[in-house]
Amino acid sequence: MAKVLVVTSGKGGVGKTTSTAAIGAALAQRGEKVVVVDFDVGLRNLDLIMGAERRVVFDLINVAQGVAKLSQALIRDKRLESLWLLPASQTRDKDALTEEGVRDIIADLRTKFDWVICDSPAGIERGATLAMRYADEAIVVTNPEVSSVRDADRIIGMLDSKTVKAEAGEQVKKHVLITRYDTGRAARGEMLSIDDILEILAIPLLGIIPESQDVLRASNVGSPVTLNDAASMPARAYSDAARRLTGETVAMMVPAEPRRGFMDRLLGRRAA
Amino acid sequence: MSINLLQFLRRRTGSAPVARERLQILLAHERGLRSQPDLLGILREEILAVVSRHIELDPDKVVVRMDRGSSVSTLEVDIEIPNGVDKRLAAAS
Ligand SMILES: Nc1ncnc2c1ncn2[C@@H]1O[C@H](COP(=O)(O)OP(=O)(O)O)[C@@H](O)[C@H]1O
Ligand SMILES: [Mg+2]
Repeated sequence: MAKVLVVTSGKGGVGKTTSTAAIGAALAQRGEKVVVVDFDVGLRNLDLIMGAERRVVFDLINVAQGVAKLSQALIRDKRLESLWLLPASQTRDKDALTEEGVRDIIADLRTKFDWVICDSPAGIERGATLAMRYADEAIVVTNPEVSSVRDADRIIGMLDSKTVKAEAGEQVKKHVLITRYDTGRAARGEMLSIDDILEILAIPLLGIIPESQDVLRASNVGSPVTLNDAASMPARAYSDAARRLTGETVAMMVPAEPRRGFMDRLLGRRAA
Repeated sequence: MSINLLQFLRRRTGSAPVARERLQILLAHERGLRSQPDLLGILREEILAVVSRHIELDPDKVVVRMDRGSSVSTLEVDIEIPNGVDKRLAAAS
């Protein structure tokens, strides 16, 4: 049965779009049929991160308004057969997206895909509530930093009250994904620790994504980091997170500061 | 996710523990506001009424707080009793 997954955070710039692309691609690599949906109306970016920006013809709002059919708006990934993108529009009119419009599109996508991954806009307004409205599961993205964790807490409250699932007395299954985790700053006690975040938010951990140049490199060339450099640390962390989403038990890799001994330095080895 | 001694010692010098403290206090408050604002108000009024039948209280000194945890949530009731009253309480029991 299809799963609708929202990637949300409250705060902007924490890594929602990066995570949507990376996890969507990792799931597709495992043979799942995936569509990533950009809900960031007016500030679309997922098309760029996926490297599909020049292939956008119709978008989410066109479909919601009946201007285009869903099949006309869906863009198939060039690298992976089973990965698709439904782009957001660049229109400024955020009210163009209605609850009924979103409901019908999500219902339609459910019949065609295994995973419908909704990339939420920042904030707690209409755009963010629409993106989470029909979700079965949620990835709450946070950075190890106070304002981000506070917003994540607020979003958890919304997932528990403003979704269709919550209104029906059920629960949206929530996971926390800690991104931009800087190992050096963590070791110096300058960042909230993983344990602190988990204790405060009290939802299960999906993964820890290290701060890494590889993410920037991947976005520069328009490729999800899991496809661009599958062996890189962030790609491995995202792939593990994707496996956990499918129900697999995967040991949690806590990014550590590379500790280099004398021999390592001599041989130019890097700690894994 | 064990923390080794070296990390522990280093962490004491960092600002993360302060961040954690501040967040916990703030979020306990914000969650209280969020989870049915009226429930806490009603509880507060009723607790105040019951306790006031036996002890003279300053209504402002009755604090009811909700805190969400991973497996259990706690309801914290904090009532400040003026000096002298506690003696009467002890004598009555
Ligand atoms: N793990 C990471 N390491 C380094 N940079 C990152 C990482 N994750 C995200 N970024 C960068 O942070 C910025 C915001 O990321 P983005 O995914 O667009 O966030 P959001 O969608 O939450 O606004 C981008 O420039 C992105 O490249
Ligand atoms: Mg984004």
